[in-house]
Amino acid sequence: MKIKLKITLLISIFTFLVAGNSLGIAGDLDPFLSVKGTLRIAGGTAHIPVMKEAAKRIMYMNRDIKITIAGGGSGVGIKQAGEGLVDIGNTGRKATDDEIKRYGLKMFKFAIDGIAVVVNPENPVASMKKTEIMDIFSGKLDNWKALGWKDRATNVYTRDASSGTRKVFWKKALKKGEITKTANFVKSHGAMKSAISVDPYGIGYISVGYLDNTVAPVSLDGISPTLENVRKGNYNIARGLYMNTKGEPSGLTRLFIDYILSKEGQKLVTEKGFIAVKQ
Amino acid sequence: MRPFIEKCAEKGLLLSALLSASITIFILSFMLLFSLPLFREGKIVEFLRLGWNPYDGKFGVLPMVVGTVIIASFAIFIATPFGIGCSALISVFSQRSFGRFLRKLVEFMTGIPTVIYSFVAIFLLVPLVREIFQEGTGMCVLSASIILALLVLPTIVLFLTDAFNSVPKNYLNAAEALGATPVQKLIYVIIPSAWKGIISGLVLAAGRAAGDTMISLMIAGNALQIPRGLSGAARTLTSHIALIIASDYESPEFKSIFVCGLILFVFTMLIVLILRLLGYFEILRER
Repeated sequence: MKIKLKITLLISIFTFLVAGNSLGIAGDLDPFLSVKGTLRIAGGTAHIPVMKEAAKRIMYMNRDIKITIAGGGSGVGIKQAGEGLVDIGNTGRKATDDEIKRYGLKMFKFAIDGIAVVVNPENPVASMKKTEIMDIFSGKLDNWKALGWKDRATNVYTRDASSGTRKVFWKKALKKGEITKTANFVKSHGAMKSAISVDPYGIGYISVGYLDNTVAPVSLDGISPTLENVRKGNYNIARGLYMNTKGEPSGLTRLFIDYILSKEGQKLVTEKGFIAVKQ
Repeated sequence: MRPFIEKCAEKGLLLSALLSASITIFILSFMLLFSLPLFREGKIVEFLRLGWNPYDGKFGVLPMVVGTVIIASFAIFIATPFGIGCSALISVFSQRSFGRFLRKLVEFMTGIPTVIYSFVAIFLLVPLVREIFQEGTGMCVLSASIILALLVLPTIVLFLTDAFNSVPKNYLNAAEALGATPVQKLIYVIIPSAWKGIISGLVLAAGRAAGDTMISLMIAGNALQIPRGLSGAARTLTSHIALIIASDYESPEFKSIFVCGLILFVFTMLIVLILRLLGYFEILRER
């Protein structure tokens, strides 16, 4: 008797969830109902939370659509999209003129993202000058004592050659200055976050969308890297997030891009901690 | 007249042997072909210089070569005593059944993916090393070498136990008849007559340590410097390839990958050569 009740309860909860979900997302997802196929996405790692959630919603709607999402960095995104290995290549920077010409890329900007300097939550240094950031990353300032903390070396973390985040951070925060040779290299946003969260003396940089309580953001010249400040333009270490396709997109690729740029897609962008390009 | 089916099997085996041999040759020629322009333009010297600094137009892979050599040799340095100890326990000191159990355990170790080792090391070993040195990130030569030692240990142990077991029984019996203790048997009889197996195991293990990517990529720190000590971060050739592979095809960064690949390939060939030479000396001695 009890088991029967449980089963009925489970079934009713399940129906409720399914019904509720499909009711909630009716509209911008409708075009996906009548198509089937595979969509491959790779590249920038800042994009992954938005891409994953969008893919989940689409695949939940229509079981005939398969969407795969891989990281690799902006360089990988451009290369794989350009060579037709994936349908959409994500980048956290604009494609260079050379890359656009060589591959015939089309760019779709779908969000704006800030890049925050982060330290371990144990680190009490919550604010720095921009010149101090440059000195830390170039290796000139190599001890936390100079910033009013323990007598321990600063451990600089940076990203690999493929990273768009690194290119933007290097240009806008470091003013194209040198990065110290002792810097540790990590391969994705996730890896950067876990490296900083276990290293009390570490300092790195990360997309604002990835910020949570495992790392502590640092204010630069008194301006904290919040979404609000990025939107208003007060915090200027920011960049667009792009989806790139080889030539004009069509079919499922087109639908996916349209969905990300739709009202619901842009709401998703905001929910994941980025700034929507269309309000 | 042999049955038809046997002929088929023979041809099939020949085909698979040819295929795997040709793939190796194909890879080598691919590497040579793609690094040929570098040799022709005389740019190879630029890549073998000290210092990597793309902002400054310097693309020397020498820091990575040094990093690879230091990390791999230190890993072997750590693994050797443990390897000898383990194999001695398995084939000399313990009961037969217990020895067999230990050997099975070591065989199981060979199957553990390197990413698991590195993942666990990030949470357990790296913070410990960081606090011991009181400097650096803990992602350093020492951490990577310790985990690499763990990785190559099974290779060493399996080779050594085989070498120890192949020591002729009458040598051992003679030693026993003279009243040798197991320790004396190990030091005066087994190790001297199994030296070739020991060297082969160590050389093969060195090859594995130098060729592994995931461990050095995740816990050596990947810094672009020649490490100043055990607490310094370093980058190996393999992790350099993994970090650079995504960059632009036309860039000098990307071209350096082929130099790294060639160096690794030459290193592997050297290892095979050493093993062959060892076999050659063995034949000479028997004459």
